Amino acid sequence: MDTKTIIDVEKLNLWYGDHHALKDISMKIPANRITALIGPSGCGKSTFLRTINRMNDLVEGVKITGSIRYKGEDIYAPNVDVNNVRKNIGMVFQKANLFPMSIFDNIAYGPRTHGITNKAKLNEIVERSLKDAAIWDEVKDRLKDNALGFSGGQQQRLCIARTLAVQPDIVLMDESTSALDPISTGKIEDLCTRLKEKYTVIMVTHNMQQAVRISDYCAFFLLGDLVEFGTGEQIFSNPQNPKTEAYVTGRFG
Amino acid sequence: MKQISSKQQMVEKGMYAFFLFCGILTIGFVLCISVYLIIAGIPAIQKIGLFDFLFGTEWSSTATTTDPKFGILPFILTSIYGTAGAIVIGVPVGLMTALFLAKIAPPKIAHVVRAAVQLLAGIPSVVYGLVGMIVLVPWIQDFFNLSSGATLLAAIVVLSIMVLPEIINVADTSLCAVPKEYEEASIALGATKIETYFRVSLLAAKSGIAAAIVLGVGRAIGEAMAIIMVSGNVANMPGLLDSVRFMTTAIVSEMSYAAVGSLQRDALFSIGLVLFLFIMMINILFDRLIAGRKS
Ligand SMILES: Nc1ncnc2c1ncn2[C@@H]1O[C@H](COP(=O)(O)OP(=O)(O)OP(=O)(O)O)[C@@H](O)[C@H]1O
Ligand SMILES: [Mg+2]
Repeated sequence: MDTKTIIDVEKLNLWYGDHHALKDISMKIPANRITALIGPSGCGKSTFLRTINRMNDLVEGVKITGSIRYKGEDIYAPNVDVNNVRKNIGMVFQKANLFPMSIFDNIAYGPRTHGITNKAKLNEIVERSLKDAAIWDEVKDRLKDNALGFSGGQQQRLCIARTLAVQPDIVLMDESTSALDPISTGKIEDLCTRLKEKYTVIMVTHNMQQAVRISDYCAFFLLGDLVEFGTGEQIFSNPQNPKTEAYVTGRFG
Repeated sequence: MKQISSKQQMVEKGMYAFFLFCGILTIGFVLCISVYLIIAGIPAIQKIGLFDFLFGTEWSSTATTTDPKFGILPFILTSIYGTAGAIVIGVPVGLMTALFLAKIAPPKIAHVVRAAVQLLAGIPSVVYGLVGMIVLVPWIQDFFNLSSGATLLAAIVVLSIMVLPEIINVADTSLCAVPKEYEEASIALGATKIETYFRVSLLAAKSGIAAAIVLGVGRAIGEAMAIIMVSGNVANMPGLLDSVRFMTTAIVSEMSYAAVGSLQRDALFSIGLVLFLFIMMINILFDRLIAGRKS
């Protein structure tokens, strides 16, 4: 690896009840890069992504073994402040899920949660986050409007802005462009490419072209196993594992 | 294509007519009641004068040595205070219970609590009154050192408990319907679960919660049986520790002996009309809220 590792996964196993959904996953995810997670439906991509910010804690009956180290610290160690983990490792979901409140309140939700009440400071954060998410110009005169009155693509970028507002290190995206038209998708891809100067992006995608276009690294999952992890170049042009090759060339059932 | 048989068609038409009849019947009942209340309620108001009737502070319908007085302000205020008190106590308790049921309680406990709430809803109001009379009234009497514990306060406590089931049910349902995505978004931003419930779930369920409150108001303002037994039934201007009479209890307590054709009896119908108008307003508000939720 040519850069610093920010997430170090070791022998991660996850069970939903009896269902063994992640099997002995080990990988080192580099900082300030885009890592794409690919694989057929049900192979555990979302599950894996959600272990990185401990969103699976919300699911009844989940059992997790192994470790995930964020900057060297095990986020599953006892006494870890889970809310702080989620502050540092933000998440954008598949479906835009803005709160039924104004744009401003949506973006300021995270900072307020973490104790920022100063109005000027909040204004500054909201503006910076919206600019980072490349949507400032479209919404700057409508910050008081209800966020649910915007288009799907705009809402998804607002969700990204909301995530950026808490200044995370890592942004997790679970098929965040799958419901969008090509233009909105393009905007978000450009956004990700720019974001990696400041953030690490880990994204699940079913769109092979998208993975080729923007990912620096790529991980291929199959039935809960991590089959292959390497640079995008390697996975798409020179896969080591025949299963990976079959999948990326579209010869996979 | 296969033709629909004429027999099937007949059945269809018959059923349609039957449903239409049921619908019309319901509207008919509402119309009858409204028209009757208006016809029965207007004469006394005409005789007493609208202002004196609504804003008169003295009610002495059976006075013989002096002129009888028919001012219902004490009843109106008592009904408003009693309802407001029940809402002030019942809504926070009901909302917290609903939040607990919808979001926090393990399924087994939630199941038991929900069953208890259903039971609470099914208890006849006269039983609430009885328990209030036996337990609550003496307790208030001792605690505040009153000559009688049958007070507005006792009525408020009883009403608070009576409005709980409805508030809990409706709020619980609307909290359960809050999309999980909202809560996940909040938690993924680093908010705690409790913070998420208060800042996101309650907000997202707000129209349902508003509807729950309006339902509670309707229930409290229309209640008679339970509170007549604990409120002393004296036509005072309301005070928290005074014996009071509500619009509903005024009607119940005098209707049995008011002579047919007397002004007293007519005035009781007028109280009924005023109460009816109050409840109409609440229902219109409720419909607005439901409509707001759908859009
Ligand atoms: N909450 C849950 N409870 C039980 N099983 C679950 C749960 N979530 C996911 N699973 C199971 O775990 C496996 C992996 O699911 P996951 O959602 O991670 O797949 P995915 O790779 O994201 O698929 P997709 O591409 O369709 O989103 C699937 O077999 C799924 O049925
Ligand atoms: Mg998924």
